Amino acid sequence: MSEVETEREMIERLRAGDKSACAQCVEQHASGVYRLALRMLGDEAEAEDVVQETFLSAFKAIDSFEWRSGLKTWLYRIATNAALMRLRRKTPLAVSVELPEEDGAETVPTQLFDWCCLPENDFATSEAKTELEAAIRELPEKLRAVFVLRELEGLSGEETAQTLGVSIENVKTRLHRARLWLRERLSGYFTELARSHEEG
Amino acid sequence: MEEHHCQHLLGELSAYVEGEASEALCAEIREHLAGCENCRAVVDTLNKTIQLYHTLPQPDLSDGARQRLYRTLNLEALLKP
Ligand SMILES: [Zn+2]
Repeated sequence: MSEVETEREMIERLRAGDKSACAQCVEQHASGVYRLALRMLGDEAEAEDVVQETFLSAFKAIDSFEWRSGLKTWLYRIATNAALMRLRRKTPLAVSVELPEEDGAETVPTQLFDWCCLPENDFATSEAKTELEAAIRELPEKLRAVFVLRELEGLSGEETAQTLGVSIENVKTRLHRARLWLRERLSGYFTELARSHEEG
Repeated sequence: MEEHHCQHLLGELSAYVEGEASEALCAEIREHLAGCENCRAVVDTLNKTIQLYHTLPQPDLSDGARQRLYRTLNLEALLKP
């Protein structure tokens, strides 16, 4: 059976209220939905809530599922919206501190020290990992959603665009800016580390 | 990062690091990088940044969270270990 046929059958079973189909859907997608929510929110308990909300509303609204997107894209869309709503409740002013959007402006690099060739050990520490995870959490919201879907969950550009209801071009632009933003943010930490090696 | 050329290059970097830039563009970028230390640093550290986040561990739903999810969805009877 082709992927499309398998999914079509799955949707029919979900619509009929088939519980084993629900369980199968959970097994296939819960981990991805959880990671997405965790990277968006940075909080395990909240991410777990989002997973529950996502499957509850997905199974309830399965009749309104539209075939132009896949089941995974549809679930990720519900989860992303749920996560964004929580973020906005937490920081209602987040919009005002966002980078200028859709204006073609690039994130201009100011950190120009080349830290790429630090010893590999420096990149493998838990401190470096914590720094990276904090950087991802601090990404401006609109860049973060694209970044997490495209780069951490491995969705295609088209799937990411469908999930967020934006154009593929927009996905490319935001991803580029997210990468530059993270590079800039990590440069602070790694440059200091390199300097401390020189002094030490 | 003041030069016009550096600015121009910056917009094309994602395509370049993904190997999606055209041959002509790649040649142009390589030529610029050979003479511009700042842009070289940006490209190197951008590549490193991408490499770093691709090696982040993939967290998974805990067993407890999975059980709670099944309970919320009335699927407990189907919970496999
Ligand atoms: Zn340059």
